[in-house]
Amino acid sequence: MPRLRVSRFAVAGLAFLAATASAATVDRTLSNGLKVIVKEDHRSPVVASQVWYKAGSIDEFNGTTGVAHVLEHMMFKGTKKVGPGEFSKIIAEAGGRENAFTSSDYTTYFEQVEKSKLPLAFRLEADRMQNLALSADEFAKEIKVVMEERRWRTEDKPQSLVYEQTVATAYQEHPYRRPVIGWMNDLQHMTVDDARDWYRRWYAPNNAVLVVVGDVKADEVFKLAQTYFGKLKPHALPLRKPQEEPKQDGTKRVTVKAPAKLPYLLMAYHAPVLRDVDKDWEPYALEVLAGVLDGNPAARLNRSLVREQQVASEVGAGYDAVSRGPALFVVEGTPSEGKTVGALETAIRAELERIKKDGVTAEELARVRSQVVAAKVYQRDSMFYQGMVIGQMELSGLSYKDIDARLAKLQQVTPEQVRDVARKYLTDDNLTVGTLDPQPLDTKKPAMPPKGLHHDF
Amino acid sequence: MISKKLALLAAGFGLLLSAAAQAALPIQHWKTDNGTRVYFVESHDLPMLDVSVDFAAGSAYDTAPKSGLASLTRHMLALGAGGVSEDDIAKGLADVGASLGGAFDQDRASYTLRTLSGQRERVQSLALLAKILQQPDFPTAILEREKKRAIAALREEDTQPESIAAKAFFRDLYGGHPYGLPPAGKPETVAALSRDEVAAFYRAHYTAGSAVVSLIGDVSRAEAEAIAKELSSNLPAGAGEGAIPPVAQLAKAEQQTIAHPAKQSHILIGDVGVRRGDPDYFPLFVGNHVLGGGGFTSRLMQDVREKRGLAYSVYSYFEPLRQEGPFVIGLQTKREQTAQALEVVRDTLKEFVAAGPKAAELEKAKQNIVLGFPLRIDSNAKILGYLAMIGFYDLPLTYLDDFVRHVERVGVRDVKDAFARRVHPDRMVTVVVGGGE
Repeated sequence: MPRLRVSRFAVAGLAFLAATASAATVDRTLSNGLKVIVKEDHRSPVVASQVWYKAGSIDEFNGTTGVAHVLEHMMFKGTKKVGPGEFSKIIAEAGGRENAFTSSDYTTYFEQVEKSKLPLAFRLEADRMQNLALSADEFAKEIKVVMEERRWRTEDKPQSLVYEQTVATAYQEHPYRRPVIGWMNDLQHMTVDDARDWYRRWYAPNNAVLVVVGDVKADEVFKLAQTYFGKLKPHALPLRKPQEEPKQDGTKRVTVKAPAKLPYLLMAYHAPVLRDVDKDWEPYALEVLAGVLDGNPAARLNRSLVREQQVASEVGAGYDAVSRGPALFVVEGTPSEGKTVGALETAIRAELERIKKDGVTAEELARVRSQVVAAKVYQRDSMFYQGMVIGQMELSGLSYKDIDARLAKLQQVTPEQVRDVARKYLTDDNLTVGTLDPQPLDTKKPAMPPKGLHHDF
Repeated sequence: MISKKLALLAAGFGLLLSAAAQAALPIQHWKTDNGTRVYFVESHDLPMLDVSVDFAAGSAYDTAPKSGLASLTRHMLALGAGGVSEDDIAKGLADVGASLGGAFDQDRASYTLRTLSGQRERVQSLALLAKILQQPDFPTAILEREKKRAIAALREEDTQPESIAAKAFFRDLYGGHPYGLPPAGKPETVAALSRDEVAAFYRAHYTAGSAVVSLIGDVSRAEAEAIAKELSSNLPAGAGEGAIPPVAQLAKAEQQTIAHPAKQSHILIGDVGVRRGDPDYFPLFVGNHVLGGGGFTSRLMQDVREKRGLAYSVYSYFEPLRQEGPFVIGLQTKREQTAQALEVVRDTLKEFVAAGPKAAELEKAKQNIVLGFPLRIDSNAKILGYLAMIGFYDLPLTYLDDFVRHVERVGVRDVKDAFARRVHPDRMVTVVVGGGE
């Protein structure tokens, strides 16, 4: 998808006025395409700096799945000027914290520092945006770390395996079917050249957004950004194909066997995401639906399935309206002792049917609205989190300027809209069901070594 | 966090102290009429209030046959109180956008509340918190349901390598001491717990005298006083029962391997560590930053991950408690390389305990902690955590102001001596869950 609204607010003076008047969020786009967004927050003498690259597993190809995340690891392994591991040491000596994360949609690098250290963070980030060393020796060590990460995150966690398999089943054509961490076999055969290709392809100022939240002045941050990032050269970005997921026609099911005691159920329905903050209404209704089902301890699923029917010992629902690709509306749960996943699935379906038939109450909607109002205040307690909200909106093709409008629209959802999206999307033909079939520990010998493990160093 | 007024004040202090030492966090402290200690930071930047109420009611107050009682009691408080049903409690909080949280460890059981500070939201949510703390009903049917859920979760945990390792580690490290008990009990001990036992545990441990109320947010001192009174006035009387017994040092090295089909071995190595407030704490804290607490720059991370690619995560920490809490080194590695990883970790530890940190290394660790101090108190949530800790462990009100000075004072010799006293590479507990082939 092409980037939207990259340079809407290019007049420096205007941005500065806005900043001093209300400490609103302001942005400016450098001539090389780097968008800089600043939110002043003077509660504490610190600053959070985040560089968001629009490059995630959604952009990967078969055979090199996981490369977005591997590159994230390699970004700490040195540039022409800064040796391997030096990035972390320099930030640490300045009293800072740094790390990074990769998602299906983006890769984000961040520093949290006392405010006077922001130039240091910018210098280092600008350096690795264009000068990464990517040595074969460092790659050989780091790919082992990433494989350990996959074992830790996914392979030895039964519920993570169910999630991975369910998503891979729900999507047939869309790249979201591939896990962010990558398939083990692809990691085993990944080379430093795969990482180099990825870096050359996506790491450019015109594919990045710099988000700064903290005790800073916006105009000074823009100047600093110009000083450190301004000289970096943009390059043409590869064409991104739509890869749209076709409509699903019929329930899909997948079972995972893994050492565990309790079964687990994950139901995933294809759902739309927010593309037009003003005109769309379904994503808001789906967000409210998730809130009515599981947004607070008084919500329906917990009350009905855990407390009253006692068919589940844990239950939850989730939906994320903001992302580059499509969404899944998920309901998950663990059956109570003596109950089967089948019984839990039946009970969950009955809850969903009730909403399709009778809708939700005004009381439930009011409760979700209260949560939204409160969350808007609470999120301001964390500079880092405020930056996350800004970055996620921007990287999903929306704008940080839509954050408040989005919250306002959420408040306007009606009971009928919630009922209607439940009717439209929570249907059998649109559903993928993943279940965990727990296996006793003793009968399962060294669990399914992936093919090619013997190649592994 | 700190209001603008306070931030300015802190900046003023900054001129006198080092630039990073602008900690000044004015904590107001008093006792309610019935003996509850209160810690308060007034901050009007955001229209919200955070409250924590902490009790000496952690798993250390369990006994082996009744293991899980402390955890179940804390959990039950919010599931029906003062005649208000669990659903109505949940609704009453959600209706005003308030969220209930809390924590549970060996020493402490707590409830936290985050609420908007407007009159309506604040009054409604605090009234519910007061009910939860003061008039829990412990309905029998709900107790039985929650026991079943807890037992199911424990049985699940007992198949997962991470929790198997943690439980075995604490059992080996603490032997018969209550710090060695599994925090949420065992399936068979939880199954045997009765409503009377839960109610009795509550009366003995959720007392006004042992309670600590911490608040930060958009209320005045007078309002904070009224809130503290509301939260504590009808708590059971008394100072709280039972003292946590002293912890014995390990007599010899213990190692056990628990077979598990996981692809990675989960490894924990450790020793009996340090008490909260112990003079050795800062040398150990700063020293451990060099050893395994300082993220990517720490020695364990360098030796295990950065140089050899043997693990994704490797760390060490001291957890100071009322009595000596644990010193823990943890990592996960592909099962086939378990022995190699263990050897690297042991060599790194041995070398560190024998020779201490290098002077330059220690300086860099101190620099990270000192210059990064503002990040420790940059949100109300973080400050609330410190208030509760200072209150619960009776630390000086100036704990945060002194923090930087304590860190700056630590020298190579201090670290070496403190580690020599506390960490004994030749007699530690090692637990491996997975395989060593």
